[in-house]
Amino acid sequence: MLNTTNKTTSSFRIDDEENAMLAGELGPARQWAIQHQIFVGQFFDAEDLVRVGQAHIMADTEATGEAGVRFVESLAAMPLVDRHVRIPTITDPRGIDFDAYKRLKQSQGMVEVETRLIKAFEALGVMMTNTCINYQTIMPAVQGEHMAFGDTGVVIYSNAVLGARSNFEGGPSALAAGLTGRTPRYGYHLDGHRVGTEHFSLSWQPRDLSDWGALGGIVGKKTDSYWSVPVLSGLQRVPNSDEMKHFGAALASFGSVAMFHIPGITPEAPELRDAFGGKTPLPPIEISPSDLAEFYGVYAARGEKVDVVVFAAPQLSLVEMATVADLLDRKNVHPETTLIAVTSPEIKSAADRMKITSRIENAGGLVLSGVCFYQSYAREMAEANGWKRLMTNSAKLVNILGGYGYVPTLATMERCIGSAVTGRIS
Amino acid sequence: MPIVLHCHIGIGPPVTGMALVAKDNFSARYDLDRKKGVFSRPDHGLYGHSYVGKILVFKTAKGGVASAWMLREMMECGIAPKALIFDTVNPIVAQGAAFANLTLVDRFLDGAVDALIRTGDTLDIDPDKGTVVVMNRDRETTP
Repeated sequence: MLNTTNKTTSSFRIDDEENAMLAGELGPARQWAIQHQIFVGQFFDAEDLVRVGQAHIMADTEATGEAGVRFVESLAAMPLVDRHVRIPTITDPRGIDFDAYKRLKQSQGMVEVETRLIKAFEALGVMMTNTCINYQTIMPAVQGEHMAFGDTGVVIYSNAVLGARSNFEGGPSALAAGLTGRTPRYGYHLDGHRVGTEHFSLSWQPRDLSDWGALGGIVGKKTDSYWSVPVLSGLQRVPNSDEMKHFGAALASFGSVAMFHIPGITPEAPELRDAFGGKTPLPPIEISPSDLAEFYGVYAARGEKVDVVVFAAPQLSLVEMATVADLLDRKNVHPETTLIAVTSPEIKSAADRMKITSRIENAGGLVLSGVCFYQSYAREMAEANGWKRLMTNSAKLVNILGGYGYVPTLATMERCIGSAVTGRIS
Repeated sequence: MPIVLHCHIGIGPPVTGMALVAKDNFSARYDLDRKKGVFSRPDHGLYGHSYVGKILVFKTAKGGVASAWMLREMMECGIAPKALIFDTVNPIVAQGAAFANLTLVDRFLDGAVDALIRTGDTLDIDPDKGTVVVMNRDRETTP
């Protein structure tokens, strides 16, 4: 099961412990992990590995498939000393909320494969946090801290807003980092890659979370590379964590971007010049109100029936959950529309305690925990529930779901909830 | 003389196959119906095309981290592309190709891949050498 055929060369520096892992002295799991890391590191011209504080594994079963589940199970079958992760290792959202899967018409087969994978991860010592907002709920990174984070939204937020250092780590690579406590030192672990490569200026101000996501989408489409570091100037106030979350998630989703600077706001760019490594700033490309209108226009669909309204991608903070509940007060979701709000297990617990969950559910909404909509067999849910027209305030979600057979509309949270109540896109 | 293109040392075994070229980017999660083996994103340049057994040629990789798992599942199910070629790839797809042992190369010295390679070209990729040979054309017929 373990693929240990990848080659390594002598140009890559490894210490004694890493050499022991590579030789298999610390078991086959760590041997696979470090071979994978050195191979990927060499592909990106890394010269060594760097120790990381946490690993964060994206492994929803729609993505892993049966092959991925069997792979993790093969590690889980090894002796404890060989299989246990060495650093705090946490998980991105899962595919199944066991309290809601029947209502979503997800199959028993999906539940079974999800159960198998959770059991395997737990055997490795992985903490099932099931969240893409760990920086709001678990343990945020510290400036300069090296991490092996999965979920592009987590990486871009941690790099840009917190000043941490992580590349996009896919599930297998994040798992490898959990097993070795290291990751290859390339990309955003290095100073040279964290310098601004494009400059954008705003001639308007985002007013809503969907505007922040749209702004991320616009910049992402214009940069369009993992190795681009956009610099954004022209903001007239400091954004809050949810606004940065939606901006970063959409920027990463549309552009595969992992880092940005907002001079005067993000920690590595106190001044505009700092964003460009102390050099003369590049001339700015203006992002105009017409860019924003054009972005929304791609996803516009007024007057049509809405099948499902989704608040997710990223999972909602407690503040967003409370806003959903406030907007639903004294209203009822239309009987032919499904309204879903998705959050992390930690936030769900708080929302239950504060009666936010019951307020949403009493209005006819559904609160999901520990999952994300697009990571929950979105195509199969669409087919089983007859969903086509989807409405959301998440720019990231509209970007993803086109490929899953949905026709998505992007709007403010207020408009989304208004549409959920009338059953028509307002 | 076939055209020999030079790239960075790549991932996976040597392969020969037919190219399918797009000016778009690539994500296994965003763009593919991985059960039917076709591009399913309506605004993708290859929408409706089968990707199975093809050498896919893109500018870059985009989107989320899921491709890192998906490539291996696609390989095991026999609905994978034969290889991936990019101008520049992102870590996720490179990690996924390494996990899946799927052939992948990027960073060409000769220019942009969508100008160097055409849909229908027969390509011979050697990741260890960092070469892609366009077997069916020579320099003279290249615009």
